[in-house]
Amino acid sequence: MSTNKEWPLYEVFIRSKQGLAHQHAGSLHAADAQMAVENARDVYTRRGEGLSIWVVPAAEITASSPDDKEVMFDPADSKVYRHPTFYDVPDEVECL
Amino acid sequence: MYRFKHANRYNVIHLLFEMQNICVILDLQSNRDPGPDIMTEHAGDATQLNATFDAYVAAEKKIEPKEWMPEAYRRTLIRQISQHAHSEIIGMQPEGNWITRAPSLRRKVGLIAKVQDEAGHGLYLYSAAETLGVSRDQMDADLLSGKAKYSSIFNYPTPTWADIGAIGWLVDGAAITNQIPICRCSYGPYARAMIRICKEESFHQRQGYEIMLKLCQGTPEQKRMAQDALNRWWWPSVAMFGPSDGDSEHSKQNMAWRIKRVSNDDLRQRFVDMIVKQADYLDITIPDPDLKWNEERGHYDIGEIDWDDFWTVVKGNGPCNRQRMAHRTKAHDEGAWVREAAVVYAEKQAAKRSKAAA
Repeated sequence: MSTNKEWPLYEVFIRSKQGLAHQHAGSLHAADAQMAVENARDVYTRRGEGLSIWVVPAAEITASSPDDKEVMFDPADSKVYRHPTFYDVPDEVECL
Repeated sequence: MYRFKHANRYNVIHLLFEMQNICVILDLQSNRDPGPDIMTEHAGDATQLNATFDAYVAAEKKIEPKEWMPEAYRRTLIRQISQHAHSEIIGMQPEGNWITRAPSLRRKVGLIAKVQDEAGHGLYLYSAAETLGVSRDQMDADLLSGKAKYSSIFNYPTPTWADIGAIGWLVDGAAITNQIPICRCSYGPYARAMIRICKEESFHQRQGYEIMLKLCQGTPEQKRMAQDALNRWWWPSVAMFGPSDGDSEHSKQNMAWRIKRVSNDDLRQRFVDMIVKQADYLDITIPDPDLKWNEERGHYDIGEIDWDDFWTVVKGNGPCNRQRMAHRTKAHDEGAWVREAAVVYAEKQAAKRSKAAA
């Protein structure tokens, strides 16, 4: 018997209204995915916070490492030419 | 032709608005202050790392799971968040006691929703603690073994319906006062859990105050009940904030780490100032002969808190400590078969699915 087995952890994502993407709401333990959806409804949508729920086993999420933060994200900081404000356009020219 | 141009112009303007919105977001991002980046600074000795960490949180930057943090910071957070979670779970008991005896359907649905919220709050907090590397089973075990504490306030009994009013008004009022600053805690998952909790707590306090108000506007006997509940809950609620921080090293460290944001005495003062006016409206008397407005300080002064009583309850000898733990242990043990059955069912279903797929 699996007496001492802890229920796996699921990450919960909720769409708060039509037109918006699902957003991470929190996590919870459940024996399986169906129970995770049911528990997520009771834990995270007691006051109309959602219209759709996704649950994902936490163990299945591949995340970038905090140690790689500089390597991965700093290069974008110096690329100001990717932003519209980098380009000089006279004020009197409209719609730009 | 003109019509076409006009229509086109409208679309361009529309697009422009969208672009401006995006630019605002992009600008915010590109102007962000990189600041000291502790999480990638693995080089350097422990002292240097700790100093960089302190500077990082002092700049009001948030720490997220799996990032580097001092071991003591992690341990402090695990202790505080799990004890906070245990308090929510144990806190369901004194109020659950009155669900079947609530005086009307309106009161009953409100109380059930509140107790259900406490369960939810416990779960948000357990999840936040788990991101620090402690398992749920470990936290459960620590509560049941008595190793982990929960708020002492839940070791007082709820003999009358007015106690439910007093708990919502005073205990939840004190909890909100304590929790609002934690919404700005340096540890991201804890701060996010607190924001959700604080939003939901305001309903708890209002339902409690409404119960008190109805009793105070009722028969003389009902008003006496409300006064009696205030008499019993006032001092435990005031003591809930804990002793003065004084020169406690522990408090100083937690302040520096942005885990604790306001001193116990300052939080207590906020609570007292808020409650005095609310009690006046109810026309009931706070059981403290020394309570008076201090013109100079612009706050209410209160009498001496009986810290001996506080420590007696913390140490396990309050009126309901044993009852609360016995009930929690019984619920845990009696739920064991449900937890086991759910795992076996999930395993069988998974086996069926993989057989069907093969």
